[in-house]
Amino acid sequence: MIPPIFAVALKEFQDGLRNRWLISITLIFAVLSLGLSYYGAVASGQIGSFSISSTIASLSSLAVFLIPLIALLLSYDSFVGEQESGTLLLLLTYPLSHQQLLVGKFLGQGAIITLATCLGFGSAAVLLAITSDVENIFSAFGLFILTATLLGLSFTAIAYVISLAVNEKSKAAGIALIIWFFFVLVFDLALLGTLVGIEDGLSQNQLVQIMMLNPADLFRLINLSALDTNDVNGVLSVAVNSGTSTTQLFISMAAWILAPLFIASIIFKKKTL
Amino acid sequence: MSDLVVQLTNTSKAYNKVDVLNDINLNLNSSEVLGLFGHNGAGKTTMMKLILGIIKPTSGEVNVFGHNPISKNAWLNRKQIGYLPENVSFYDHLTGLEVLTYFSRLKSAPKSQVFELLEQVGLSHALKRQVKTYSKGMRQRLGLAQAFLGQPKLLLLDEPTVGLDPIATKEFYTSVDNLKTSGASIILCSHVLPGVEQHIDRAMILSGGKMKALGSLEQLRAQAALPITIHAHGLNGSVYNDPALNIYLVNQSNNQNKLEVEEQQKLTVLRQLLSYDHITNVHVESPSLEKLYQHYLSDSQITSSKGEYS
Repeated sequence: MIPPIFAVALKEFQDGLRNRWLISITLIFAVLSLGLSYYGAVASGQIGSFSISSTIASLSSLAVFLIPLIALLLSYDSFVGEQESGTLLLLLTYPLSHQQLLVGKFLGQGAIITLATCLGFGSAAVLLAITSDVENIFSAFGLFILTATLLGLSFTAIAYVISLAVNEKSKAAGIALIIWFFFVLVFDLALLGTLVGIEDGLSQNQLVQIMMLNPADLFRLINLSALDTNDVNGVLSVAVNSGTSTTQLFISMAAWILAPLFIASIIFKKKTL
Repeated sequence: MSDLVVQLTNTSKAYNKVDVLNDINLNLNSSEVLGLFGHNGAGKTTMMKLILGIIKPTSGEVNVFGHNPISKNAWLNRKQIGYLPENVSFYDHLTGLEVLTYFSRLKSAPKSQVFELLEQVGLSHALKRQVKTYSKGMRQRLGLAQAFLGQPKLLLLDEPTVGLDPIATKEFYTSVDNLKTSGASIILCSHVLPGVEQHIDRAMILSGGKMKALGSLEQLRAQAALPITIHAHGLNGSVYNDPALNIYLVNQSNNQNKLEVEEQQKLTVLRQLLSYDHITNVHVESPSLEKLYQHYLSDSQITSSKGEYS
């Protein structure tokens, strides 16, 4: 007998395979990282050789757009879709608690995101390691893959909050898009505006603390602070040197997974079907 | 602990202060089949949700297998409850077999039962096909198979025969009878009235969230005191000219010889009819469930409009 939580997880995982989500995300990530590492080198005038830190830097700034979008797309209709088709009501009459359903779905879809990140970026890392003689490829990519996974999981959890808070699929899609736009673009622009517009408005520490309010910024912060600072520019270059410990940043990222899940479970409990 | 499977005591449910169910009392025994009838929005689905423990009553009590269905104690009993929702479209991209396997895992039902049930509802030929290719009737059968998973002691079926062809409907009622014999209690909610009669022990008629009637069909008939219809054939004008019979004629202008009599006069009238030598056939019809239903609902409309004027 499979415990119900894993039955749900298994179904979500199989759905991810069936819908070609896993394969397409993996491919996107692999092509992206390979392309960037080669053409990134060409752009800086060195054919053949490439710099790991510039690769990770450009990968981070692209992944920070893509991963949240992919995670939101994968999960925004997770609950509202089942609500519209009537299966959510049916599932709740089964010996399956709200939390079990939520966690089961998270495990299944989280596994898709995790696996796609590992396979996509990992395969690129392996290829680069074989074709070039640069050191530290695996440690740099390891950190990148770990944080990319956390970023994906965080936006999966955020997608669940959206999916449970609304009663229509189209509304969930709209809100997901707004959330993505806010965290990925608006937040940073506002921060930059504050830095430029107000003199001595923010100390370096305050800046980092504000950036912890955004999982996408946390992702960039962790990755870029591990690199040579020459390849980093923008608001981040200020924040990178703040000396906030990586552990602290990781804890914040974990909180960005757990808190939305917790909120989702509260909304789920109060939801009337 | 009582033997009652479902017990509703003065149960009411309101959404945003609008009463959806008002003061419902019901005791359902084991191996009893209850028909639940009412218009759309009469509160049938709400009543099922209360029994399933999906929603809480605003006031009153709900007990299923002796527990409040929302409480943790009722958790294990959920394996013994089967539910067929009114509008459910299963995971379209999965095959019938995959859908039922998923639900069987959640209910910890053995995998072998999945094939048995698919066979029972006549879907064995389509088990490897995606649900999106299924017809409405096939989807309904899949839903039924889902409800029969495990060894249900209580079944709540919302419009089970919608979309089923006559043969499938007959097979469905056979399964209902079998489950009843094996000790399961069933609440059957339906708009399709003909055909249900022989399979239900009691009927409950709901209107506007209120219980209009509850009892066996005989009780409801007696209570409603609806006339019995008698068709006599081959009599031509004799009935019209017989003073003992023509008072019962439904339509005096044509010679359709359709009489409506009270239960008490039934035999007297029949004897009188049979005394004519040229009678070729006689057809006696007790008020159908449909008529009872209309009676109780029109009755409630009169009382409610009276209420508005007073």
